[in-house]
Amino acid sequence: MKFGILVNEGPYTHQASDSAYHFTKAALEKGHEIYRVFFYNDGVNNGSRLTVPPQDERNIQNNWTELAEKHDLDLVVCVAAAQRRGILDENEAKRHSKNADNIAPGFRISGLGQLIETGIECDRVVAFGD
Amino acid sequence: MLHTVNKSPFEKTTFDSCLNHARPGDAILLIEDGVYAAVKGTAVAERVAALNGDLSIYALGPDLSARGIKDTSLIERISVVDYGGFVDLVAEHDVSQAWL
Repeated sequence: MKFGILVNEGPYTHQASDSAYHFTKAALEKGHEIYRVFFYNDGVNNGSRLTVPPQDERNIQNNWTELAEKHDLDLVVCVAAAQRRGILDENEAKRHSKNADNIAPGFRISGLGQLIETGIECDRVVAFGD
Repeated sequence: MLHTVNKSPFEKTTFDSCLNHARPGDAILLIEDGVYAAVKGTAVAERVAALNGDLSIYALGPDLSARGIKDTSLIERISVVDYGGFVDLVAEHDVSQAWL
């Protein structure tokens, strides 16, 4: 079955990002397809590569990146939500004259249309948030 | 329909809203702090136990363990599932509604 995942909360605030990660992993283990993981609102903070959590703690951003690399996942960060929260890729940084970008590997910035498309294309969409 | 509730019934009213909207044949999965609604002897336990039998209620095992809630503390009609069971529940129901 084709699953879409919506993550509305940032890492280390509530449990949403952890729950979404474990659900995504379990769905892949069961042989389902993850069509896309869409990060919206504070969820875009999952896509920063500049986070440095303590070494003995889970690294939520790395977990997503590693899962994306392993399963070729499409991790999409909402552009409008990302701009407000300072999540930029190289293009966005250039476009807004910022001197750095911070998007984590495996993530890409795109628009809300990608969430609508997820709803149209997927058999199921599961939302995680606060 | 599958309903997911992720907040304690003693903190937010989403569990109550969920119960007011759930229809026979629906399933409710308690996750995160939502699992507190699965515990015996609380202020909501009687309502949960008295719910229509056509409504299935599940709680996510890893979230129960993380909060120190043992199976013996659960209201009898609650079934415990792991993340794989969560995935199965989503697949079995045509729509998932997250009561955020």
